[in-house]
Amino acid sequence: MSFMPVFLWSDKLIFLILAVGIACVWYVRQLEHLLVPWRRVARNPTAMVSLLVLSLFVLVGLLDTLHYRAALPDRNDGETVYSPEVLSVFDKLVTPLRTQTEKTYSAPLAVTLYAKESVIDASGHVLREYPRLRFGGAGLTDVRQRDADIFRRGLTGALAGLAAGLLIALGSKRWLVKRKWPMRALLASTLVISVLIGATVNLAAAYHVLGTDKVGQDVLYLSLKSIRTGLIIGTVTTLVTLPLALFLGVAAGYFRGWVDDVIQYIYTVLSSIPSVLLIAAAVLMMQVTIDMHPGWFTTLASRADLRLVFLCLILGVTSWTGLCRLLRGETLKLREMEYIQAAQAFGVSPLRILMRHIMPNVMHIVLISLVMDFSGLVLAEAVLSYVGVGVDPSMISFGTMINAARLELGREPMVWWSLASAFGFMLALVLAANLFADAVRDAFDPRLNRTWEAE
Amino acid sequence: MADILSVSGLVTQLHNGIRIVDDISFNIRAGETFVLLGESGCGKSMTALSLLRLLPDGVTHTDSVAQLDGIALFGLREREMRDLRGGKMAMIFQEPGLSLNPVMTVGQQITEVLSLHQGLRGKTARNRCVELLNQVGIPDPARRVAEYPFQLSGGMKQRVMVAMALAGRPKLLIADEPTTALDVTIQAQVLQLLRDTQAENGMAMLLITHDLGVVAEMAHQVGVMYAGQIVEQASRARLFDQPLHPYTQKLFAALPDAAHRNQSLAAIPGSVPPLGSVMQGCRFAARCDRAWSLCREKTPGWTEVHTGHGVRCHLYQMQGAGNTVQEKQVRLSVPDVDAKPELHPEPGPSLLQVSDLRVHFPIRKGLLQRVVGQVKAVDGVTLDIPQGRTLALVGESGCGKTTLAKALLQLVPALSGRVQLAGQTLSGYVSREQRAAMQMVFQDPYASLNPKMRVAEILEEGMTALDIDSGSKARQSHIDSLLDQVGLARGAKWRYPHEFSGGQRQRIAIARALAVSPRLLICDEPTSALDVSVQAQILNLLKSLQQKFELGYLFITHNLAVVEYLAHEVCVMYLGRIVERGTAAEVLRSPMHPYTRALLSAVPRIDGANRDRIRLEGDLPSPANPPQGCHFSPRCAHATEQCRAHYPPLTRHSPTHSVSCYLHVEARVDDRVF
Repeated sequence: MSFMPVFLWSDKLIFLILAVGIACVWYVRQLEHLLVPWRRVARNPTAMVSLLVLSLFVLVGLLDTLHYRAALPDRNDGETVYSPEVLSVFDKLVTPLRTQTEKTYSAPLAVTLYAKESVIDASGHVLREYPRLRFGGAGLTDVRQRDADIFRRGLTGALAGLAAGLLIALGSKRWLVKRKWPMRALLASTLVISVLIGATVNLAAAYHVLGTDKVGQDVLYLSLKSIRTGLIIGTVTTLVTLPLALFLGVAAGYFRGWVDDVIQYIYTVLSSIPSVLLIAAAVLMMQVTIDMHPGWFTTLASRADLRLVFLCLILGVTSWTGLCRLLRGETLKLREMEYIQAAQAFGVSPLRILMRHIMPNVMHIVLISLVMDFSGLVLAEAVLSYVGVGVDPSMISFGTMINAARLELGREPMVWWSLASAFGFMLALVLAANLFADAVRDAFDPRLNRTWEAE
Repeated sequence: MADILSVSGLVTQLHNGIRIVDDISFNIRAGETFVLLGESGCGKSMTALSLLRLLPDGVTHTDSVAQLDGIALFGLREREMRDLRGGKMAMIFQEPGLSLNPVMTVGQQITEVLSLHQGLRGKTARNRCVELLNQVGIPDPARRVAEYPFQLSGGMKQRVMVAMALAGRPKLLIADEPTTALDVTIQAQVLQLLRDTQAENGMAMLLITHDLGVVAEMAHQVGVMYAGQIVEQASRARLFDQPLHPYTQKLFAALPDAAHRNQSLAAIPGSVPPLGSVMQGCRFAARCDRAWSLCREKTPGWTEVHTGHGVRCHLYQMQGAGNTVQEKQVRLSVPDVDAKPELHPEPGPSLLQVSDLRVHFPIRKGLLQRVVGQVKAVDGVTLDIPQGRTLALVGESGCGKTTLAKALLQLVPALSGRVQLAGQTLSGYVSREQRAAMQMVFQDPYASLNPKMRVAEILEEGMTALDIDSGSKARQSHIDSLLDQVGLARGAKWRYPHEFSGGQRQRIAIARALAVSPRLLICDEPTSALDVSVQAQILNLLKSLQQKFELGYLFITHNLAVVEYLAHEVCVMYLGRIVERGTAAEVLRSPMHPYTRALLSAVPRIDGANRDRIRLEGDLPSPANPPQGCHFSPRCAHATEQCRAHYPPLTRHSPTHSVSCYLHVEARVDDRVF
């Protein structure tokens, strides 16, 4: 075999989430009344456009999750030797972006470095000038041709993208019509996105579209790689937070008495500990453990990955209190509702009341606050990276990007592109998630929807 | 007298052109009260808000003329309108608890109006404030000025609202259901206050209500509203004497009372159409049994049948105005009611026996949560409900009726006492059979059904919990038959509760209780959140279910008309104890306890009979700190030293009628009930 698949801890968690997700979809497809609200989502243009954007992000994240180690050309006693470097399918697809690194900073679409350097010319004079990049615009003989070249490449890329977009649109049109999905919005956004992607791909072949960072890595590549880290921090942390917040919150609100007291004390204490310190302590302890047991890890990537998973765990343990408090309050209100008393009069068990009556009625809060927390978690990761207890320095994330950019914002002229692209990607991701969650919540609220309208 | 307010052709519509108030015209003279009567969702409040120009977003009014004291309201700029609100016209809202700002003292809130509209400041404003509170009958006004709304009772808050409204010396007072959230005794106080104030300063009043009793007490002119239109308008005397529109007639017929005891009520089928849903024809046609094809095709115009008595109905349009309508008077169509004799003239075997039940809630205070007192919510109640009979439990809110119901269902632990259901004693642990035998129907149909569950799931819940009809097929057919019994379509079971109207939701709640085949149904004010016409439907349903299944009902209510119609026996509860009990006829026709008498006299009657009204002063005392001796003594006009010292024993005056009051103690003291 020319490669060996690698399953990191975070990969396994993602596959688990994926499997559960697919199982849920399969289950919902069986039951007509659960399908109705999703049909409503499918008919909402905002929801579908944000889902389209979101699925592009998820696609990048998933491709980046399929890890492998490539076989090295030389063999050791006839046994295949694999590279110590763990790559993903996504890395393979965008190889030029990954490998074409410059010396240091260069602006987006530049052909020269960002700062002047002393260069010795053919005649032996020392000149101060902007040296040419190794890869960015390397095909150009004259720097002055740059603008025309960018325009030409951008245009051809956009046209190719448009053509591809039209093909997709024509291919899927009948399907959309049949399912009554919002055709115009979806087709328009498909065209816009494919034009953007086309232009970017064509430009990226010859330039650094979003510039390069301090060690010359392509910022576009960094941004795309950060998506997976962001998604993992968002989803795996949620996986930890959600059960804690949901069960403790509704239990405290419903049972009151000593259960409420105990849970309240726990979260009051937990939220009064400065969470950065708690996380720092936990992560440093973890780091020490990792360092003491080098034998546990075969590659650098698996070390970095374990640290990421552990960071998610500890973030989850410290960040459930807010949602828990919200849910407790809502449950205190709900438990006085007459339908709860009616269930009690039937002798329905408390656990069943929690599952059937209380949880469905707090789900809108859960959904919205989870999506809102998502951006907060990604930022928390940035803050922790700043303190030095975030993800492993070798791991690419929005946090490390923002952290690196922070140092350069003060310099004159300013290096703005790292921060701007991290900002842009995060904005698109979180906004799409928010809009989609909003539409889902509305679709599941029976008060806003009447069943006969959906038929 | 001059018209204070004249409105003509008021139209209020949504942006999409749906008219929610459609062509309303009326005049109010100084010192007169115009009542807008109608069920919920008829556009009454929208009319009031249109006049104040306080419409919610997305609602506008078009081409209409409204003049207040010679000023065209709809021509004013917003700035000038602000001077008018609270000045020339003032409004009182339904929920006094929500219309006062909880973080401002009563005085500050009234002073705000005084400084805005009268330009009063400092000491003069304060003095005027005290004067106003005095005028609305608040005792010790100088002290109350500095109090916060939470320190006042519901009735007091509504009085403060009236004082605030009066602060601007309004020419027109708009009162939107001012007494709906209050108890009958407090309602009587507030209505009296409004009448007195009107007599004193001669303001015009626009009163919005759904209660025919309130209309009878307050109105000079009445406009009956239905689905955004005034369908009939007349003076009170004429309207009560000779209602013309089929809707008005049916509203009167739908009122429960003793006369209809053995018949079903003339309920209006269906419910009020959502605003703007009927664009063609008469809006009432779908529910009217006199409707013919013309009613569905052509919108009826306004017909003046007599001077000052107009109606919007095709029945009266054909023969010109002035013709006698006497012979055309629509027969009050009580649908072929089976005047069956009552099934159980004699009480059957006892179903529920409660003796000396007490429910106390400890009041805890301080760091160590020490018990510093007890709220005696239910304090020694003894009841007996025979099979197939209805026992009504009557009393003001806060007297412990609902707590008693919850204690019977074992939802609240009882301190002491015994509850026997069909011979078996209930204590703490309740078996499945006992759970199934006793079920409850709640007051608010909007809060008693889980919005995230479909009807079938709601009905199935009790069956699952109590293990009835296992097997999904048997359950589904049971659910179908339940829906049939309560008069809902079978297709309803796959819908969510929010797709149903209030009356339909109450039917679902009843079906849920019936799902486990109970023998006793505890109904906690099941119709108080419903409109009159829908209330009649639910009462009919309850009555027919009782006859069919021999159900015993414990009917908790404050609506004495419903008691007269439905109950066999009545218990009057005051502050956790039962003060009078007897058959419905005994308690309602010859009440003995002063509290029962006061309660009965506070109920507004539609016959408008001039009775000597017993005014109850003050409010229900707190059950945490009940008065010494007879609990009622501080509010009782006949209280003696003995009453203030000792709680009177229960004395029996007939085999069924007993009362605990020293006024009647001499009858047979030795014949005590327990």
